[in-house]
Amino acid sequence: MKARAFAYVRPRTLEEAHAAFAAADGDASFISGGQSLVPALAMRLQAPQVLVDLAGVDALRGVHLDGDVLRIGALTRHADALTDPLIRRHAPLLAAAAPFVAHPAIRNRGTLGGSVALADPASEFPAMMLAMGAEMEISGDAGLRRVPADEYFLDLYQTAIEPGEILVALHVPAAGPHACCAFDEMARRRGDYAMVGGGLMAERDGDALRAVRIALFSVGPTPVRARGAEAALEGRAPDADTIAAAQRALDGDIDPMDDAEVPAAMRRHLARVLLGRLIRKLEADQ
Amino acid sequence: MNAPLAFDRPGRPSPEGAEHAPASGRHVGAPLPRPNAKRLLAGRGAYVSDLKLPRMLHAAFVRAPFAHARIVRIGLDAARAAPGVVLVATGEDLAKLCTPWVGTLDHFKGMKSAPQLPLPLERVTWSGQAVVAVVAESRAAAEDAAELVEVGYEELPVLADLDTALAPDAPRIAPGFADNICFRSVVETGEVDDAFAAAAHVVEADMAFGRHTGVTLEPRALIADFDASERRLTVHHATQTPFQFQDLYARHYGLPEARVRVVAPDVGGSFGIKLHVYHEDMAVIGLSMLAGRPVKYVADRLEAFVSDIHARDHRVRARAALDANGRLIAIAAEDETAIGPFSTYPRTSAVEGNQVIRLIGAPYRLDAYRGDLKVVFQNKTQTSQYRAVGHPIACAVTEHLMDRAAARLGLDPFDIRARNLIPDDAYPCASATGYRFEKLSHEACLARLKGLMDYDRLRAEQAELRARGVHRGIGIAAFVEITNPTPAFYGVGGARISAQDGAVIAITPSGEVRCTISVTEQGQGTEAIIGQIVADYLGVPQEVVRVITGDTETTPHGGATWACRGAGIGGETALQAAKKLKANVLKVAAAILQAQPGDLDLVDGQVVAASGGAARLSLAEVARIAFFRSDTLPPGTDAQLTVAHHFAPSGYPFAFTNGIHGCHVEVDAETGLVKILRHFVVEDCGRIINPLLVDEQVRGGVVQGLGAAFFEECRYDGNGQLLNGSLADYLVPMACEMPDIAIAHMETPTKDTELGAKGCGEAGTAAASAAALNAVNDALAPLGAVLTQIPMTPARILTALGAF
Ligand SMILES: Cc1cc2nc3c(=O)[nH]c(=O)nc-3n(C[C@H](O)[C@H](O)[C@H](O)COP(=O)(O)OP(=O)(O)OC[C@H]3O[C@@H](n4cnc5c(N)ncnc54)[C@H](O)[C@@H]3O)c2cc1C
Repeated sequence: MKARAFAYVRPRTLEEAHAAFAAADGDASFISGGQSLVPALAMRLQAPQVLVDLAGVDALRGVHLDGDVLRIGALTRHADALTDPLIRRHAPLLAAAAPFVAHPAIRNRGTLGGSVALADPASEFPAMMLAMGAEMEISGDAGLRRVPADEYFLDLYQTAIEPGEILVALHVPAAGPHACCAFDEMARRRGDYAMVGGGLMAERDGDALRAVRIALFSVGPTPVRARGAEAALEGRAPDADTIAAAQRALDGDIDPMDDAEVPAAMRRHLARVLLGRLIRKLEADQ
Repeated sequence: MNAPLAFDRPGRPSPEGAEHAPASGRHVGAPLPRPNAKRLLAGRGAYVSDLKLPRMLHAAFVRAPFAHARIVRIGLDAARAAPGVVLVATGEDLAKLCTPWVGTLDHFKGMKSAPQLPLPLERVTWSGQAVVAVVAESRAAAEDAAELVEVGYEELPVLADLDTALAPDAPRIAPGFADNICFRSVVETGEVDDAFAAAAHVVEADMAFGRHTGVTLEPRALIADFDASERRLTVHHATQTPFQFQDLYARHYGLPEARVRVVAPDVGGSFGIKLHVYHEDMAVIGLSMLAGRPVKYVADRLEAFVSDIHARDHRVRARAALDANGRLIAIAAEDETAIGPFSTYPRTSAVEGNQVIRLIGAPYRLDAYRGDLKVVFQNKTQTSQYRAVGHPIACAVTEHLMDRAAARLGLDPFDIRARNLIPDDAYPCASATGYRFEKLSHEACLARLKGLMDYDRLRAEQAELRARGVHRGIGIAAFVEITNPTPAFYGVGGARISAQDGAVIAITPSGEVRCTISVTEQGQGTEAIIGQIVADYLGVPQEVVRVITGDTETTPHGGATWACRGAGIGGETALQAAKKLKANVLKVAAAILQAQPGDLDLVDGQVVAASGGAARLSLAEVARIAFFRSDTLPPGTDAQLTVAHHFAPSGYPFAFTNGIHGCHVEVDAETGLVKILRHFVVEDCGRIINPLLVDEQVRGGVVQGLGAAFFEECRYDGNGQLLNGSLADYLVPMACEMPDIAIAHMETPTKDTELGAKGCGEAGTAAASAAALNAVNDALAPLGAVLTQIPMTPARILTALGAF
C-alpha cells in the first residue's frame, strides 16, 4: 500500500496554485488535510503526477463574520468547527455536526473545504452546507464566483467545482436570534460514516417553525434537501400529526441506494425515524 | 477504554485445592504489570517491520482479481525492466525450490485437500490469491512494477456459498474430487432419536455465524535471509510458533533443521492468525534464495483481509429435547462450515468444526447427543484456527437452545441452567462427546455471576423501563474451554507441532537469572508470568529474572503459543526448571557453608537457613564463587548453575476450564442499533498467576466476541469477491462501543501439574457472542422478534422486527 511517486508543490497564492495545477496538464490533485486523498493515493485509487498543497495559501484561511454572513476559509479544520467561537455562535449546526465526523486525529487534520470539495454523499459537512443555505466561493479561470449550496452538489462526488478550480471559502448565513437547529445521525460505530443522517435549520415563530431547511446525507448520490418534509413543517407547530405528515412527505424526497448492509427500504425507514428525532431534538432544546 | 472498576477486582476467592500451596515467593498470584509494557509504550518495540537488514529487498505480490480462474498467460517483461526490480518470480520458479504441502491430519479420517504451492501454477482459487512475486529495492518500487505484470485469466465457475458447493452437480474445487466436502464427521452418544421421541419439549433453531478475521494490529510480516555460502536460512517472522516454522521451512525447502533459524521479535497480536502457513510467507523464503539477499514482506491491511485466515462461517441446525422438568435429555446438531479452496496447513481447516460438534452441550449433563459436521470447500480466503476455535459457535448454539427451552417451560435463564449444569461434585466425568473433565465449577460460577450482575435488580429495572418503551435485555452463556492440549491435538494426526515446552535457566556470574523458554510473547504477557514463576520457585526477585523467548537458535524446542497453553504448560516447564536449579544452587551453597542442602533455602536472592530464615549467603556470592573461584569449593562439588527442563502434559488430554458470561444490552427498536451496557464474566482458569493479565486476556477476548456478535463479518458476493476488505468497511469493535467488563474468578487448579494453571486466553471470546445474542433476544422477546444470526447488524435486527 504505497502511493505511486508524485511531485509536490506548495504554492503561496491562489494564482500560484492554479498555475501549478495547469502546469501538470490536468494530472494534478489539490491536497488540503489529506484525510481522504492520502488513503486514496496509498491504495492507488488515484495517482496524480503532482500534488498541489493548499496549506500555504493564506486566502483559504480564517473565520470572519462579514455582516450577517460567516466566511469560513476552506482550510479551517474539522476540529475548529467544534471550538471556534464564531462558528459555534453563528453556524451552530456545523458545530453540532462536528463531533460526529470521524475521530479526533482526523478532525485535527481534515478541513471543511476538503470535505465540501470532495462531497462524499455520506459526509456530514456538505449536507450541512445545504441545510444552512451556504454559498461556496470558488476560484477559477474567471476569478472568484459563488455557488449556492442548492446548485453546488451535482452528482456522486461531482460538484460545481471544475477540475483545476479551488474551493476558497464557505459563506454561511449567520444564524439569527430566532434560529434553531438540530443534527443527528445513525452510525454503527461512533465516528463512522452514517447509515443515515441529517440536519435541520429553522426560525421559531411562536410555536411554529418557519424557513425550515432539512438536508439528509447517506440517502443518495449527493446530500439531499427534504423539500417535501420542509413544506409539511413550514409554518406549523411540530406536533405529532405534523411530524407524521413530514415523515410521510420524506418518502418522496429521497431515492436511497440499496446495499447489503443497509437496504434501500431500511434507509427510508431510518430517514423517517431520523426526521422525527431531529424535530424532537429541536423541541427538547427549546 | 474501561477504567478498571473496584468491582472488577474482587478479593480473589480463596483457592480450592490448598495442596497447590504456592512457593514462598510473592510473585505468583500478584497483579504485577508486564515488564515489557513500558518498553513497548515508549516506542522501543522492535517488530519485524522495524527491522532493516543490509542489502534487504522488498516483495510485493500481484493478486488474482477472480475467485476461480485459469491462468492463461503471464507477461513479466515490463515488470522485470522496471526501476529497482531485482527479481520477478512465478509459481513455476518457486515450485522448483519448495515442495508442496497438504493440509490434512491423519486422525481426521477421510479428510481431503489439494496440494498447495507458494504461488499457483495453473489456477487461482480465491480472489486475492498471490500469483506473481516482485522483488525490488523498495516496497514502493515493487508495487510499481507489480502494476506492470500482465496476467491473462479465463474465468471458471465459483463456489461462493454452501448450497452451491454442496449441490450434487457442483463444479469440484479440485480436479478428481468426488465432492466439495473436505471433512465429514459424526459423533453420536446414547439413544438420540428415542430421546427426542420421548421428550416433553423439543426446541430447535437454524443459526448462522458470519465469517470474520483476526485483524491483528501488526499485520503478518517476515524477512527471509538465505545465506547461500552456508546454506543457512534465518527468518525474522512475526509468528506465535517459531519452532513449527523452523521445521516447515527446513522440510519444504530441503534444508537441515539446524540451518534454519526462526526469530520472532516483538509481535503485535496474533489470536491464531500467525501460526498458519501463508503462501506469500512460504514464497518469501524462496525469493530470498533466488535473490541471494534478505527479502522482507509485510502484508498491508488490504492484503491481510484477503490472505490472513478467516474464521467461523457456520450454518448450524440444532435441536434440544427436554423432559417435563426442564432437564436436558438430548441435543442433535448439524454444522456446515465454509472454508477456503483447500484446508490450511499444518493445522487444517477442520479443527474449528470438529470442536463445534464436540463442544455443543459440554457444560451440561447430557446422555444423548449427535453432532454431524460437514467442512465445505469454497473459492474464498482460507479459514483456520482463530481465538477460541469453534467455542463461540458451540456455545451460542447450546445457549440459544437453553434460552428457547427456558422460554418454552416458563423458566428463568438462571433456573434452567441450574437444573442442567454438571454439578460441581460430579467430577471427574466426561461430556457426551467424550471430553474428560477433571474438575469444573459451573454451579459456583453461575451463583457468582448472579451476584456480580445484580441480576434481580437488572430484571426489575428491565420491567420498569419496558413500560417506557426502552428495550433492555439480559443474556447469559456458560462455556467450557479447551486448554493445555497434549499431543492428542495435533501430534497424533502426524503434525510436527510440539505439545511440550522446554526451558533453560541459568544463574549468571552476578547472581541474576536468565531463562530461555519455548513459549512466546505476542503482547499477552507470557514473559511476565514466566518471570513470576521462576522468581518464586527459584527464590529470587522478579527484577533479576530475564526471560528470553522467540528464537529457535537460543531457546529450547517447544510448542510456543496456541490453544491456551503458555501459562499451563510453559508455566509448569519454568516451574520445574526453577526447582531443579534451586536444588543445584543450594547444593553449591551447602558446600560453601559446610551445611546440608536440606537445611538451606533460597529466598529473594538470599540463601537462608530453612528454619528461622537467617540470611547465610547471597545468590550473587554463590555465583561469584562458582564462576570465578571454583578452586575454593570442596573437590568434586558439582556446580551446575544452568539447568534444562522439558515438560509435556500427560494426564488429561486437555485441561478444560469453564465459566459463564452475562451481557446487558439496550436495543433501539427503531434503528436496530444496540448499546452494550455492560458485560460480565466469571471464569475458572485454575491457579491464577497474574490476575491483572488474566483479566485483560478475558477483556480482550470479550471484545473480540462482541465484535463477532455485532460488527465483524467478511461479506462476499456471488462471484466470490470480498466486499468489505478494508477497515473502513469491515467493522472492528472500538472503545466507544465497548462496555465496561466486570470479571470475577473461581480457582480450581488442575492436579495434573504442580502449578495448577489452565488457560484463559480464549475464555472471553468463547461465550461473549452467545451472551450477547441471548441478551438481544431477551430485549426483543416482547416484540416478537428472534435473531439466530451473528453479527446482529441493524439490518438483521430491523428485519427480525419487521420494521421495513
Ligand atoms: C478514518 C476516517 C474516518 C472518516 N470519517 C468521516 C466521517 O465520519 N465523516 C466525514 O464527513 N468524513 C470522514 N472522513 C473524511 C475526512 O473528514 C476528510 O478529512 C474530508 O472528507 C476531506 O478533507 P481533507 O481536508 O482531508 O481533504 P483532502 O483529503 O486533502 O482532499 C479531499 C479531496 O478534496 C480535494 N480538495 C481538498 N481541498 C480542496 C479545495 N480547497 N478546493 C478544491 N478541491 C479540494 C482534493 O483534491 C481531494 O480530491 C474520515 C476520514 C478517515 C481517514
